[in-house]
Amino acid sequence: MKVLVPVKRVIDYNVKARVKADQTGVDLANVKMSMNPFCEIAVEEAVRLKEKGAATEVVAVSVGPTQAQETLRTALAMGADRAILVQTDQDLEPLAVAKVLKAVIAEEAPELVLMGKQAIDGDNNAVGQMLSALLDWPQATFASEVTIGGGKATVTREVDGGLQTIDVTLPAVVTADLRLNEPRYASLPNIMKAKKKPLDVKELGSLGVDTAPRLKVVKVTEPAKRSAGIKVETAGDLVSNLKTAGVL
Amino acid sequence: MAVLVIADHDNATLKDNTHKVVTAAQGIGGDVDILVAGTNVAAVAAEAAKIAGVRKVLTAESAELGQGLAEAVADLIVGLAPGYDAILTPATSQGKNFSPRVAAKLDVAQISDVTEVVSADTFTHPIYAGNAMETVQSSDAKKVLTVRPTAFKAAAEGGSAKVESVAAPAAPAKTKFVDQKIVKSARPELGAAKIVVSGGRAMGSAEEFQKVIEPLADKLGAAVGASRAAVDAGYAPNDYQVGQTGKVVAPELYVAIGISGAIQHLAGMKDSKVIVAINKDPDAPIFQVADFGLVADYKAAVPELMSALG
Repeated sequence: MKVLVPVKRVIDYNVKARVKADQTGVDLANVKMSMNPFCEIAVEEAVRLKEKGAATEVVAVSVGPTQAQETLRTALAMGADRAILVQTDQDLEPLAVAKVLKAVIAEEAPELVLMGKQAIDGDNNAVGQMLSALLDWPQATFASEVTIGGGKATVTREVDGGLQTIDVTLPAVVTADLRLNEPRYASLPNIMKAKKKPLDVKELGSLGVDTAPRLKVVKVTEPAKRSAGIKVETAGDLVSNLKTAGVL
Repeated sequence: MAVLVIADHDNATLKDNTHKVVTAAQGIGGDVDILVAGTNVAAVAAEAAKIAGVRKVLTAESAELGQGLAEAVADLIVGLAPGYDAILTPATSQGKNFSPRVAAKLDVAQISDVTEVVSADTFTHPIYAGNAMETVQSSDAKKVLTVRPTAFKAAAEGGSAKVESVAAPAAPAKTKFVDQKIVKSARPELGAAKIVVSGGRAMGSAEEFQKVIEPLADKLGAAVGASRAAVDAGYAPNDYQVGQTGKVVAPELYVAIGISGAIQHLAGMKDSKVIVAINKDPDAPIFQVADFGLVADYKAAVPELMSALG
């Protein structure tokens, strides 16, 4: 079974995003970038499937600028076999990313797409579901456990207030939630080995996909600021303040 | 103009999120209909019909709709879409599961987690875990939105909309429901709770976390949360995690105990109405966002707080 893992290069999760003064977006100049945390979980799960013998090949794919090759090298160092970059400097919307991935899937024919549930930049939580809809494949989102067998994936999903288990016939799209696993750190020998693994670069234009934006960004602003409140001296003061504030 | 709101319910009762999304729909303008998809939803539909300003309530029933299978729910909504200019879904895990599927089938963008309806085609939503607010104008003929319920007031009751049933779609061929385990906790759900009590790494152990945080949460009728540091250290399960990579919460009252206030935690709770921080380090960043700060060791402060609450 071939597993395709889409990964995204995003601002590192420990870095605070700062809005540009001209309100056109978030300032990413000289900011540490990393693999989206949910994508790391997806890569880890795909590599574990291979280690268990359930997968034969893990292919990482990213849609983004040339620097996204670093993100793909991280996936290779974690254990992916090869990587594909669909190179573009456009900031694509989720629907466009899903269409690009569909085009890659038409060439690669994986039986499973395993990807993060959302990227921590746009926070849209949409590409996996959209890809599954465009492919007419079943979807299993927010996975906390994935078992492969008998031409299907049995997926335990994080739902409001608990867990749901569903069976999806392969090929399918599965999106990873936090509890699926704890991603490994790539070891130095594996980082060295990853440099020699194949990384294929395609120009976005070569795929013939309509990626025109549907949304115009009017402005990006700072959220309403919270100011520090008061320090109280005792637990009793705290309770009386909370009663005055009307929250107790 | 007509807007379709997808009801949030558990096949037994209608959730307040529905009322809040109706308010967002009224901001777009035009007729507002509510879709209740599930099994045996007559009682839920009757509750939805009482929301003021609703034109009609549509019901569709099948086993797969009751199980919330995304393929079934999305097929149903796509079938109804020709009658609507906008489709609004509460941004719950259920809504987030099917709504992007609807958008892709209609070949339109989805705008996720909308917190403000600026006009019929322009919406604001948080990006970067709420560290930035993005306002976008959609050029799509149909708008597909998920709406963050905590950002809108609940629509009033007092209406008497008519209820109509529509045909359920065929069962999905490639997805089968196996089972569901909904935790029957006496505590409210973290994402929907009015009060959240969270513990951090200062707890030092899972036993201490349970001994300190959980009784206080139960006294306040609160949900329990944790910082990523506490989760990483194994003091609390991962589904307690509040933060950029965990749950984003906005309760009336958020009580942070022994939490320093790392960026990624603040991103998950800074929209709470009132924030309380208890930490022995007076320089902890959590105090910069707290309305009420108590500089004290939680070991002394939490028992005092318990007795002050009576």
